[in-house]
Amino acid sequence: MASSDGSARPASGRPRAAGRALYGGLPEPGPPGFAPRLLEFADELRGEGLAVGTSELLDAFQVLGELSWSSEEDFREALAATLAKSQEDRRVYELVFDRFFFRAVEREAVERGLREERFGEGDRLPFDLDDLRERIREAVRAGSDGEMRDLARLAIAAFGRQGEGSGVIGVDVQRIRRSLELRGEAAGRDLPDPDSVPQDRLREFERHLRRELERALIERTQSLPPAKPLREFDRALPSGPLQDLAAVHRVVAQLKRRLATRGHQQGGRRRSQAVDVRRTMRASLETGGVPMRLRFRPRRPRRPELYVLCDVSTSVTSASVFFLSVLHALHDSFRKLRSFVFVERISEVTDVFERERSFAAISRAIATDAGVADVSGYTDYGRVWLEFLTEVVDDLDPRSTVIVLGDARTNGREPHAQAFAQVSEHAGRTFWLNPEPRLYWNYGDSVIAAYEPYCDGVFECWTTKQLEVFVNALAGGRGVPAVAR
Amino acid sequence: MRDGLEAVGYLAGESTALVSFLATKLGKPVLVEGPAGVGKTELAKALSRATGRKLIRLQCYEGLDEAKALYEWNYRKQLLRIQAEAADAGWEAVQEDIFGQEFLLTRPLLQAIAEQDPVVLLIDEIDKTDQEFEAMLLEVLSDFQISIPELGVIEAKSRPLVLLTSNNSRELTEALKRRCLYLWLDYPDVERELEIVRLHAPELSETVARKLVEVVHMIRGLDLKKPPSIAESIDWARALLMLGADDIDSSVFERTMSIIVKHRTDLDVVAERVGVKLDDGLLGRLGTTG
Repeated sequence: MASSDGSARPASGRPRAAGRALYGGLPEPGPPGFAPRLLEFADELRGEGLAVGTSELLDAFQVLGELSWSSEEDFREALAATLAKSQEDRRVYELVFDRFFFRAVEREAVERGLREERFGEGDRLPFDLDDLRERIREAVRAGSDGEMRDLARLAIAAFGRQGEGSGVIGVDVQRIRRSLELRGEAAGRDLPDPDSVPQDRLREFERHLRRELERALIERTQSLPPAKPLREFDRALPSGPLQDLAAVHRVVAQLKRRLATRGHQQGGRRRSQAVDVRRTMRASLETGGVPMRLRFRPRRPRRPELYVLCDVSTSVTSASVFFLSVLHALHDSFRKLRSFVFVERISEVTDVFERERSFAAISRAIATDAGVADVSGYTDYGRVWLEFLTEVVDDLDPRSTVIVLGDARTNGREPHAQAFAQVSEHAGRTFWLNPEPRLYWNYGDSVIAAYEPYCDGVFECWTTKQLEVFVNALAGGRGVPAVAR
Repeated sequence: MRDGLEAVGYLAGESTALVSFLATKLGKPVLVEGPAGVGKTELAKALSRATGRKLIRLQCYEGLDEAKALYEWNYRKQLLRIQAEAADAGWEAVQEDIFGQEFLLTRPLLQAIAEQDPVVLLIDEIDKTDQEFEAMLLEVLSDFQISIPELGVIEAKSRPLVLLTSNNSRELTEALKRRCLYLWLDYPDVERELEIVRLHAPELSETVARKLVEVVHMIRGLDLKKPPSIAESIDWARALLMLGADDIDSSVFERTMSIIVKHRTDLDVVAERVGVKLDDGLLGRLGTTG
């Protein structure tokens, strides 16, 4: 981070720790003063994908001018209000803020030669280990942040083998946690184990352990590790399946909007328009009652017709929950939608979705009485196409869009790509959403390549983000990564 | 700021108070996002009360256009004017005349800018409009001015305090976000919501209020179409007062449930998951964990 900005300035005569450094010494400090620090911070935010422009930075400076900087909370909130402009951004901001200012403080400490008092190896601990275990467990359950931090230090002193940790902080954290006999509560059990602690509190404690270990390591080696980019896992908002359902609904609402405006744009705009007499007369008032300009009735965008086929076999069990929620959301938004589920055979479930509103009830109904798995329970795409062709193909017309949700794993049966080709010929557009990562396509019994030529687009889709990519592509393809045709 | 808001009956969180303070100081618009019913609109009202400014509200909806947000020419009045004018008046004179301030119908945005005293401008549910409308807002929000082709540029006489709210149903454009301070409002924790409920229904006893808030929090944890908002917990508290209920048991809950849950399927889910727990005495003793 600082290395790029500050490299223009020659290193001052400060003692450099580069020689004994584990990670390659301290980064260049960059020009002194607060403004460069804030710029560095913004640079790091940009590195993590936040759109921090000059105007945001100017705002940030302006905002900080209005505050006293004595409260970290205020400082953090004020900067956040100007730099992080969505909830996802806010989360990344928090992580980067912690990382950046932790590093800044530590660098300062190393440079000034500050050391903290710690329990050495020879020192006697003020209480015995079982007592410590108990106190830590209590603190993890109910304690404040500060208390956990203090106890994390004690734990490191007691179990951390100062000076000869494994060198990998993650390993040390787990070792200390095991020595402390801390267990997270298992989900789904009725009676909690009396010794276990809530999962999120435990994670919090581990964070403190990690931070303290890091601090000790920096102090020992007199060097800062290079800033690691955030992992995807950390960036993602903590979300349960419920929130996912909401996210799917949001994306589908977007899809609806895009589809609705599409027909409008593509249809011949001037053909067969009806004159709106009322509006023409009113417009004529501007010109003294002479109808100079004709006003037309707005063309109603034609309703998109959707046919959605969803694979619900065991090979896509995890994905089919996601797909069913997509279907569920689609039904909330579109009236002209027919949905089908299939395993070995195909079955129309439009009425199930129309009858039931709750997602749980729908999955139950589909699991019990859709009657899609006949004998083997293995997907038979070939048969599905043949059945779909005989039953539904007459209803298809150029206005309809067919969306297939499935992994194209035929279990070695005949794919009948010709039948699929006929389906796609009758339909206006055909899309395939595959819940498997692109890497696995066409390996084993996956025959997606056989169907790909007949689709207007094939997408990998197992997260709402990818669903959004698909929606974008559907709307006319801005920023679509490599749509296979 | 926080005390000011509290004095008018709005319990602001740490960040809310801070961002409102900064907004008044810097004169920047604030973009407030969050789930429905956490008090985004209420914040604007409270700010207007706390600062003693007039509140001008622009409710956004799909298809909202300039004519309804900015200004419109008053055609009828113009026509009348033309007819009233003697026939020999020159065209130039008439044209000058009919495109004057007198014939302008001010809509909320223009009104907010033209007001002598500073106002609080609330642009509600900005995510309901289309991107074109957002683009139109940019001029108003960054320079506080409106260009009217026939009249020229109308500049703000005073700087309004602007709040934009969004339910996050659509990603707003970068350009708009760039001009705003950002505030994310979330459901408050149990303690704060308890304070809020107590503030609005002070006659309700502490224990019932706590139980009520805990039930609401539990319901928010379920997968509902529309989780209950703060306003609805306040409504519920008042309803309980009116009924004279001194405890929330399953029968009271069943009768009054419709105040906080407003979908048929949601009602079933809530009755199934929450109703039964009420008699076990599990609630009210949970403390702050909610």
